Amino acid sequence: MFLLEQVVNGLVLGGYYLLIALGLSLIFSVGGIVNLAHGAFYALGAYASVEITKYLGFGPAVVLSPVAVGMLGIVFERFILRRFYTADPILSLLVTFGLAMVTEQLIRIAWGAAPLSASMPPSLKGAIFVGDFLFSRYRLMLLAVVAVVLLGVWLLLHKTSFGRVVRAGIQRPDMVAALGIRLQPYMTAVVVLGVGMAAMGGAFFAPITIVHPAMGAEIITVAFVVVVIGGLGSFWGVVLAALLVGVVRGITIHFAPAAGEASIYVLMFLVLLLRPRGLLGERIEKFE
Amino acid sequence: MLIQNRRTVLKAGAAMAVALGCPAIVRAQADKIKIGHLTPLTGFLGALGEYAQLGIRMAEAEINAAGGVMGRPLEIASEDSVNPATAATKAQRMLEQDGATVLMGEINSASALTIMQVVARNKRLYMQIGARSDALRGKNCNRYTFHVDIPSTVMVNSVGKALVRDNMMKDKRFFTLTADYLFGQDLLRAAKAFFDANGGKLIGDELVGTDVTDFSPYLLKIRQAKPDIVCSNLAGNQVTNLIKQYAEFGLPFPIVGFNLNTADAWAAGEGNLSGTWPTVWYHTLEVPASQAFVAAFIKKHGKPPENHAWIEYVSLKMMAQAMNETKSTDTEKLIAYFEKETQFDILKGRKGYFRSWDHQLIQEAYPFTVREKGKAKDKWDFLALGAAVPGANEPLEVINPPKDQNACTMA
Repeated sequence: MFLLEQVVNGLVLGGYYLLIALGLSLIFSVGGIVNLAHGAFYALGAYASVEITKYLGFGPAVVLSPVAVGMLGIVFERFILRRFYTADPILSLLVTFGLAMVTEQLIRIAWGAAPLSASMPPSLKGAIFVGDFLFSRYRLMLLAVVAVVLLGVWLLLHKTSFGRVVRAGIQRPDMVAALGIRLQPYMTAVVVLGVGMAAMGGAFFAPITIVHPAMGAEIITVAFVVVVIGGLGSFWGVVLAALLVGVVRGITIHFAPAAGEASIYVLMFLVLLLRPRGLLGERIEKFE
Repeated sequence: MLIQNRRTVLKAGAAMAVALGCPAIVRAQADKIKIGHLTPLTGFLGALGEYAQLGIRMAEAEINAAGGVMGRPLEIASEDSVNPATAATKAQRMLEQDGATVLMGEINSASALTIMQVVARNKRLYMQIGARSDALRGKNCNRYTFHVDIPSTVMVNSVGKALVRDNMMKDKRFFTLTADYLFGQDLLRAAKAFFDANGGKLIGDELVGTDVTDFSPYLLKIRQAKPDIVCSNLAGNQVTNLIKQYAEFGLPFPIVGFNLNTADAWAAGEGNLSGTWPTVWYHTLEVPASQAFVAAFIKKHGKPPENHAWIEYVSLKMMAQAMNETKSTDTEKLIAYFEKETQFDILKGRKGYFRSWDHQLIQEAYPFTVREKGKAKDKWDFLALGAAVPGANEPLEVINPPKDQNACTMA
């Protein structure tokens, strides 16, 4: 029974990892770029939401902050990422890693190293019982938001012409080009979507963790683990992996608390050993 | 041949440049008294390190404006200590190459330990300012290191005494969360000793890695254990995370802790924090000298000093006093000065002194609680400082581990 509670809590936590990992996976799938700066957008989202909350309150902050950071995403894609789609992967790794460090330091200069305090609206505080399960009210709300975002992204990718082009672009960019479709605007949109989701994760997580300059570096590792376990290019792979990571961490903490953070890396190791492509990873020609 | 000649010329030129440059360097060293300063500026203690730097810089500026030490200006060379291994490397370099006369600083107990090993090897003085593990002034103590901040046992005692007074100790069942490194484990050991001596019961303890940011699985375990009191042995910004998520889940058990720095309390925000916690100093302390320091700090930085700013400030003042009084930067003379238990004004009600046999600064500590909602003047004011421990009628030493409980023997 207690274990079941940890499993359910792990699923909730997995939902939050998902917000960050899904964008990372999308950007990699379409552009072939491992965006090490993804955590920086998460941090910017958190800082932006703290600032906006001061003037407009929590509700507008979690909407406006991802939009604002998404706009930054346009600049990021147009002037930086775009130059590296066909370049040696090591170059894009270096440039995004550098950008992550620059952003962290800029945050430190602008807001200081001391963490900011961010509070949730009092109405979302506290826990509710469902049967014998204890849920944080705030996290349930967060789970609902993640579910809506997830559904939205899935519909966008699978039920619209936009999504068809993006998915085709993932598999056969040359063919898409031969059909006379420019992939670049689609790429911009995917990056905006990805970093916007990361910023949304930051905005929603600000009230329950601490907002500090290195928060991006903290989350990026977990997000990577999720993407690698899920398999590149697979929407449901990332979803499955995020939930799995949350659950495995919860169960490990139940039995061996000190090993909690290590457990997800062991999980990644095992998955890579048994299924190097990730749980639901697709064969993507350009990466083979 | 030609190339060889050119090389010779270059070498000669370089040698001349070195020869010309050297006297200048030597002279500069003679002018200034260099102090190597290490503190974490990144990671879970980074925010505290930022305050530490502001504090020591302020003391440096004041000392230099007043004519320096023995008529020579002080120069603080401050760096990010990063992790225990890097801290040791930087400490060695500061002593060996940068011409530092003494070393100061640190917050992380594990890094402080490696720096202590470096100074023992080099036979140089280290004023260990902000790390609190008992082991540093206990079984790992050495005669080259002096410790300023209160050790784990003192923090446990100052909160523990308040809990005993409030009837929250005897026969109460405690559940602790402990940071999984030197300091946290040390705190747990001190807490266990206090529980045993005062009738508290430890029903559960969880070790928490220092990279944990989500505490929800731990909170579920606490709920299942149904303790009377939850107790945090965490450090740095992890305490903030725990407090915020504890408030988020709204667990009914009161929460207390044996370690909390005010910067981390401020970050938790009003309305999330509750319970009783220890501190070494707080900016509302009603001592005129302390208030003067706070006013000067706010004027300069636009925010009140955190306890690490205060402790670095008084530490450099103590060091400057020692150098001025002994008219020396010599390690042995400075050790002798501190070891004769010289009294220092540390901006508290009572003066402090370094205990000769374990080199711990003996001083007052304070428990604090959280003000009632709406009583805070500003966002830094929501903590209510309790009366100093020990009380005015008791000797300062009583909250520190006595000789028979402290394994320190100076080699």
